[in-house]
Amino acid sequence: MAVSLREYRARIKSTQSMKKITRAMELIAASRIIKAQQRAQAAAPYARELTRAVSAVATYSNVDHVLTTEPESPQRAAVLVVTSDRGLAGAYSSSVIKEAERLVEKLKGEGKEVDLYLAGRKGEAYYRFRGRAVAQAWTGFSDSPSYDVAAEIGATLIEAFLNGAGGAEPAEGSTVAGVDEVHVVFTRFVSMLTQEPNAIRLLPLELAEGAEPGSTDLLPLYEFEPSPEEVLDALLPQYVVSRIFYCLLQAAASELAARQKAMKSATDNAEELIKKYTRIANQARQAGITQEISEIVGGVNALADANAGSD
Amino acid sequence: MAVDVGTGLQVEMVAADRVVWSGEASMVLARTVEGDVGILRGHAPLLSLLTDAAVEITSPDGIVHAVVDGGFVSVADDRVSILTQRALLAEEIKIDEVHAELEAAEHLPTGDEREERIRRAEARLRAYEASRG
Repeated sequence: MAVSLREYRARIKSTQSMKKITRAMELIAASRIIKAQQRAQAAAPYARELTRAVSAVATYSNVDHVLTTEPESPQRAAVLVVTSDRGLAGAYSSSVIKEAERLVEKLKGEGKEVDLYLAGRKGEAYYRFRGRAVAQAWTGFSDSPSYDVAAEIGATLIEAFLNGAGGAEPAEGSTVAGVDEVHVVFTRFVSMLTQEPNAIRLLPLELAEGAEPGSTDLLPLYEFEPSPEEVLDALLPQYVVSRIFYCLLQAAASELAARQKAMKSATDNAEELIKKYTRIANQARQAGITQEISEIVGGVNALADANAGSD
Repeated sequence: MAVDVGTGLQVEMVAADRVVWSGEASMVLARTVEGDVGILRGHAPLLSLLTDAAVEITSPDGIVHAVVDGGFVSVADDRVSILTQRALLAEEIKIDEVHAELEAAEHLPTGDEREERIRRAEARLRAYEASRG
């Protein structure tokens, strides 16, 4: 009995230190999530103004741009999957990957080949372990993405799209395989409690013409300098990068929220376990004492019997 | 009169990750790919590409100097928005770093990257000096 009592005490101790760790992680995630939300809010004006500008150009000029043109028969698609760098965030990464797998299946069902682009170490580990080809992976920023990272990812994806899969020769010196469409799978931050994995098609762009939703007044008749084509040419890549940045920021906030939730339930579980083990340990200790007393009583009785016999 | 100077334009300078400056102003000076443009109240709607250069905003509290790395300016209904990937106010410019960057860029082999880095560093330098008067 004494052995198992020691065992239980050791278990209580290790659970307690585990609880301290999960509790600390919960608090860290909780404080970072506020920062992540602030960053998402700070990036919103840029996205809003950019969207306004793009829809202004799209409304007042009939410009066809290569980034908005649907390829006639898409053969190859790129999928960017935004996962986290670290685990301990509950089902966060696996639910994004599940959504991505669904999208890949769907695209394959439409007869398209799929190139995988990954953001975050977890996604990379998942696909590399399964020996699946990965076109490119970016890691090391999942909980605080910077605009530069989004710009880099955007440049690669735009290059892939511009190369095209439809037999067109890739641009000279370009090592990126061409694709006809680009999809992004990321986690949308709905609230602290809900984060939804989401798949959107990034390229070719679907431009919403006309005034932005929510405003009733028409967009003014802009004068474009140097020309509508050139303005659009400069605007659209920025727009794409800004969309990717938005996805990364949403994913970062979702990751932290998922981690906070996961760590909170881990802490609660640890508390439960400690309670349970303490009870069992107390029982074991009590049982040990009871046994000792009955042994002593038995010994005393035996002695008394032996003495009575010899008298 | 003082009221007249302050109002007129609603200016917003937005970088990719933050709003750099916003407020009321009487004039905005920026450099587009077609040349310098000065924007006053009642300017025609305009959407133009910017080069890497200094931007001046005349606000009631004095002239605000800033530098942008390319981007766009859009004007409509006396609302001016300057959109750029990266923007710095003159007081955020670290002049030692700019000098170091300029030095480093000048040692690069001739090419687009060298040109761009020199242009950006020089734009910062100009904005910094302009803010010093």
